[in-house]
Order: sequence, then C-alpha cells, then structure tokens
Amino acid sequence: MSAVPINHVLILAAILFSVGLTGVLARRNIIFMLVSVEVMLNAAGLAFVAAGARWQQADGQVMFLFILTMASAEVAVGLALILHLHWRRLSLDSDTLNKMKG
Amino acid sequence: MLNQLWLVPTLPLLGFLILALCGSRWSRGLVATVGCGSIGLSALVATAAGFDLLTTNSENASFTQHLWNWFEVGGLSLSIGLHLDALSLLMILVVTWVAFFIHIYASEYMAKEGYSRFFAYLNLFVCAMLVLVLADNLLMLLLGWEGVGLCSYLLIGFWYSDPANGAAARKAFVVTRVGDTALMVGILLLFKHLGTLDIGQILSTANAQWQPGSTIAITAAALLLGGAVGKSSQLPLQTWLPDAMAGPTPVSALVHAATMVTAGVYLIARMHGIFLLAPVVMGVVAVLGATTMLVAGCSALVQSDLKRVLAYSTISQIGYMFLALGVGAWTAAMFHFMTHAFFKALLFLGAGAVIHSLNDQKDMFKMGGLRKKLPAVFWTFLIGSASLAALPLVTSGFYSKELILWSAWASPHGHPTLWAAGIVGAFITALYTTRAVILTFFGKVKTEVSHQPGARMVLPLCILAALSTVAGLLQTPHSLGHLHAFSDLLETALPVTHLNGSSSVEITLQAVAVAIVLAGVALAYWLYQKAPHLPERIASGWGKPIRKAWLAGWGFDWIYDQLLVKPIVAVAQLNRRDIIDLFYTGLASFARLLNFLLSASQTGRMRWYAAGISAGTIFIFLIVYFT
Repeated sequence: MSAVPINHVLILAAILFSVGLTGVLARRNIIFMLVSVEVMLNAAGLAFVAAGARWQQADGQVMFLFILTMASAEVAVGLALILHLHWRRLSLDSDTLNKMKG
Repeated sequence: MLNQLWLVPTLPLLGFLILALCGSRWSRGLVATVGCGSIGLSALVATAAGFDLLTTNSENASFTQHLWNWFEVGGLSLSIGLHLDALSLLMILVVTWVAFFIHIYASEYMAKEGYSRFFAYLNLFVCAMLVLVLADNLLMLLLGWEGVGLCSYLLIGFWYSDPANGAAARKAFVVTRVGDTALMVGILLLFKHLGTLDIGQILSTANAQWQPGSTIAITAAALLLGGAVGKSSQLPLQTWLPDAMAGPTPVSALVHAATMVTAGVYLIARMHGIFLLAPVVMGVVAVLGATTMLVAGCSALVQSDLKRVLAYSTISQIGYMFLALGVGAWTAAMFHFMTHAFFKALLFLGAGAVIHSLNDQKDMFKMGGLRKKLPAVFWTFLIGSASLAALPLVTSGFYSKELILWSAWASPHGHPTLWAAGIVGAFITALYTTRAVILTFFGKVKTEVSHQPGARMVLPLCILAALSTVAGLLQTPHSLGHLHAFSDLLETALPVTHLNGSSSVEITLQAVAVAIVLAGVALAYWLYQKAPHLPERIASGWGKPIRKAWLAGWGFDWIYDQLLVKPIVAVAQLNRRDIIDLFYTGLASFARLLNFLLSASQTGRMRWYAAGISAGTIFIFLIVYFT
C-alpha cells in the first residue's frame, strides 16, 4: 500500500478549509453557517492526521479525537442556540440578528 | 469658678450641637428652653468667673486657662487657651447677658418656620463671639472672627426664600471679607516679625523691638485696622450693615448692633500696643471714626425704614468708639461699647416689637400714634432713644458720650476738630433719634395694631431699659461726682489715658454738648411735630439731591458697583464658557469622536465579524511570510 503524499493531503485540507470559510462568509442561513464551521474543523483535523502519519507520531490522531469531541459539543450548544433563536425571532437569517450593534 | 471658664464658650456650642442634631423634631418650648438655657448658664458662669477674677487678685487681674495644644509645627506651638482680663471680662459679660435677653425675646418673636434652626445659629454665633473675645492667641481670635462672620451670613439670609435676603447676606459676607483678608495678612506679618501668635507676647515683644512710628509697626497697625473697619462697618467698608437689616430683628439687635459689629473696637483695644507704636494709624482711626459718624448720621436723618435708621445709627455710634480709640481713650471706647450694647439692643428689640405688632410694617411714615397702643414698647423705646441721643444726667449714653468728647479734646492724641466733629455728630444723633420717635409713636394712627407683644418680649425690653439708665453711673465726669469704677476696672488691662484740661474747660464743653443735644431734640420736635409740612417741602425742594444722596448712603454702593462689581461681573460673563476648561473638554470630545468611529464598526452582523477575523489572519500570515 503506497502512502498518499502529504502534499496532496494538505492541499485537500486547504481546499476543504476554504470551502468551509466561504460557506461561513457567504451563507446567511445560520444552520448552513454551522455546517460550514464543521467542514473547517474537519479540514484542520485532516491536516493533523496527515502530519501524524508523516512523522509516525500518535499526536496527530489524538488531536483529531480532541477536535471531534469539541465539534460534537459545539454542535450540541450551537443547535440549542439556533433552536432558541428560531423560536424567538422566527428567522434563521444571520443578517437580521444584528441587535448587538454598537 | 475661674477654672470653669472653658464652659463659657462651650455651653452655647453644646446648645448649637443639640439643636442642630435634634431640634427639628422637638416642640417649640423645648427648643426655646435649650436655646435660652445654654446662653443663660453661660452668662451665669461668666458672671461667677468674673466675680472670682476680681476678688482673688485685684491688682493685675488676669487669668489664662491653657486647655490643650492645638498644633505644633516648625517651632510654632499654638495652644487653645482662654485669656480673661478686665477687657475680655467686660466683653463676655455684655455678650452673654445681652444675648440671653435677646434669646428670650426671640423665643416669642420668631413665629414662622425654622424655629430650631434660628436658635441653633444664634447659639453658634454666641459661641464664636465668646471664642473671639476670650482667645489668648491671634489665630484663635481669627477663628472666632470668621465664626461670627459665618453666623452673620447665615442669620442675615435666614429667610432665604426671598432672593433679596440672600443678596444682602452675600454682600455682608463679601464686604467684611475684604477686611478679614487685611486682618489675616496683618496676623501673618506680626507672626513673621515677632515669631509668636500669643497676644500678650506680641504686645510686649513689639514694644521692646519696634521703634514708635517705624514702618513695620505702621503696616501691622494699618492691616489690623483694615480688619476692624470691615467688621465694624466703618468707612470705606460700611455699605453692608444697612442691608444686613434683612435678617430677623433679634439678629439685628444681637449681631448687628450689640456684639459682632463691635468686634473691630475690641480688636483695636486688644492690640492697643501695636497702635500706640503707630501714631499715624491712631490718627487715621480717629479721623475714620469721626467721618463715619457724620456720614452715617446724615444717612440716618432721611431713612424711612425704622430698622435702617437704627442701622445707620449703629454705624455712627461705632464711629464714636473709633474716635475714642483713635485719641487713645481706650476706656471711653469700651464704656461706649457697653452702653451702646444696652441701648441699641433695646432700640432694635423695641423696633422689632413695633414691626411685629404692625404685621411687618417697617416704614415709619406708615406708623404713628403708637404711644397709646403699645405703652410698654413706647416707654422703653423712649428710654433707649434718650440714651442714644445722650439726654443729660438720666441716660447712660450721656456719660459714655461725654467721656469720648472730653477725651477727644483733652487727650494728648486729641484735637479740637475731632471734638467739634463729635459735637456735630451728637446734634445729628439727637435729630434723627427724635425724628424716629415722633414718627413712630406720636401723631395720627396710620396702621392699626394687630396684637400686643407678650411678656417674653416686654421683659427683656424693661431689663435693657433699666441697664441703659443705670449703666452710666459706673463712670461719671469730674463735674458730676467723678465715679470711676469702670475705668478702675479696665485700666488693669488697658493703658491709662492722661487727660490734661482744667475742670472749668470740661464743664464749659459739657454745657455746649448738652445745649447742642437739647437743640437737636427741640429742632426735631419742631420739624416733625409742630411743622410737619416743612421737612416735606425741603425734601421736595432744594434738599432733593441731598436727600437722594443721603438716602442711598452717599452713593457708596453705586461707586463700588461701578468700580468693582460691574467689571468683575463683565469678566465673569466673558468667561462663561470657562477658557481654561476648553483643553479638558477638548480631550473629552476627542475621546468621544474615537468612540463614535469604533462603535460604527460594530454592525452586529456575524458574517462581517467572521470576514474581519479571516482578513486579520491572512494579514498576519502575510507579515510572517514576507519578513
């Protein structure tokens, strides 16, 4: 089994991260923004795993486990907030949720 | 009782504290009991202490009570100490007893709201006045001096809801402050050159170190005189006293007739050693006193407000005291202070009773015929007026004024011109006093009496009337028995005045003075009782400009307005926006501008924040990459 070159993996991670960032910046629906944030997290996790494989260290996979845990926690809290916002404002458009301007 | 001397100023202070803390919740009776009681006890202690002082050592009667050290700094050790000698004994006796009678009077007179506030202020005033006269060093004297000034301000503006009263209070405070500043500079000058603030030490050191007529002695005496002139309402700072009549009448009687305004006389008598070293300033004191006496007397001639007549007469009578001080007749000045305290307090209280009975009518031309309606007030007021006009033999004012006139002639510092000014002053005094009595108590009834004064108002009047009559017998001239209890007492504390003149001259001068006074009374009787149309014709005819000038106190107010008040107000108007503050307000508005810019970036849109974070991250990466 030939190893995938690390460059390819990092390029994939960068593409994934850019897609996620574009999603966060371009989408107005707050659920899609949350999903895009998940994509960005996974891109970072992929980079960790690739680095761990490249240097034959377990640290990369440990970090990915941490990211998974954090992502699940984030989704739990984030979805709860979104649900609450939906009840209060009957809208999921992040641009209308601008009550906290200076 | 000498060791209990500290109780004399402490009891009124205690009364003030009690009334200030819980007086507003108490009934009127309780407030009056505390207010009068503290002064009455203080008067009793003062009398007992005086009795002890005079019986224990009659030769050099003085007693100093060191209470505690105030502070020690740089070699200067200041004590809180009381000094009792014949001069301060006379002052505390007059202050406490006259204050006691006036408190009793006020307990009935004051009817409107602020009853406990009034007695609290009055007690504080008596405390400050006693500190002033009992102080053994100049700083404590200044403490009392400023204390009475503060109480005078509070009491003139007692009915503060009327802006005019507040203005009168401010005027009194600011004008006396001019003199107070001179006094403070004088005290610092004495301290700088003599290294002590103790009054006894200052007098003895100055006498040993300074040449008579040296510049430093003249400067120090002139600065002290500045303070005395401000407090005692003499030229050129006399303008505040007539306006001070805005206060309640008991205040006018106590603060602005009997006690506080004579603090200047006390100061000069207390610091007599400095003044004796500066003969020029002594001359100035005499001339100022004589001029003030005539200027204020003329103003008193044309006033229509009964209290203003008495105010100008107070200025004029203090002018007599200054005249006496200026010719070195210390005893005569203090004698006139005492008799004046009695009869002027009596006159003010009588005027207050009249004004009270006529529902706050102060205009004498709307009074009249009160002789039958208010007999007790009439007779006591008549006794007080006779004393003020110095009717011969039966009044105390006669004896004190005679002593001053004779001293002005016969003292080594005296001069016949000063005597002549005193004689003219006596004529004017007789004239305006008789005018006030005739306008108020004789003629037709113009305003009906609404109620009679009660016992607590009449009793002080009777006591003060008795004092105004018999107090003169403490000191009589050579031609009339030559009783000299008063000068014997005071000459233990003040230098002896050597009068050189034969008794035939003295009797001649007395006869002239008596004739002048009687002529004044007769002229006023003729003008206002027999031919009342004549003064009116003069006032509307050739005398119109003179009357206008005298009515306005010779236009001093106008001059000060033009010279001082208006320029200061104009500068204040220019500086309304506070030029110095512009820098600080500028800093504040710059910070507010920055805040506006930054708060505009807080749009509340989450995507913009995310974009901002990304842009920032990319920017940092670029920096790292290119450096």
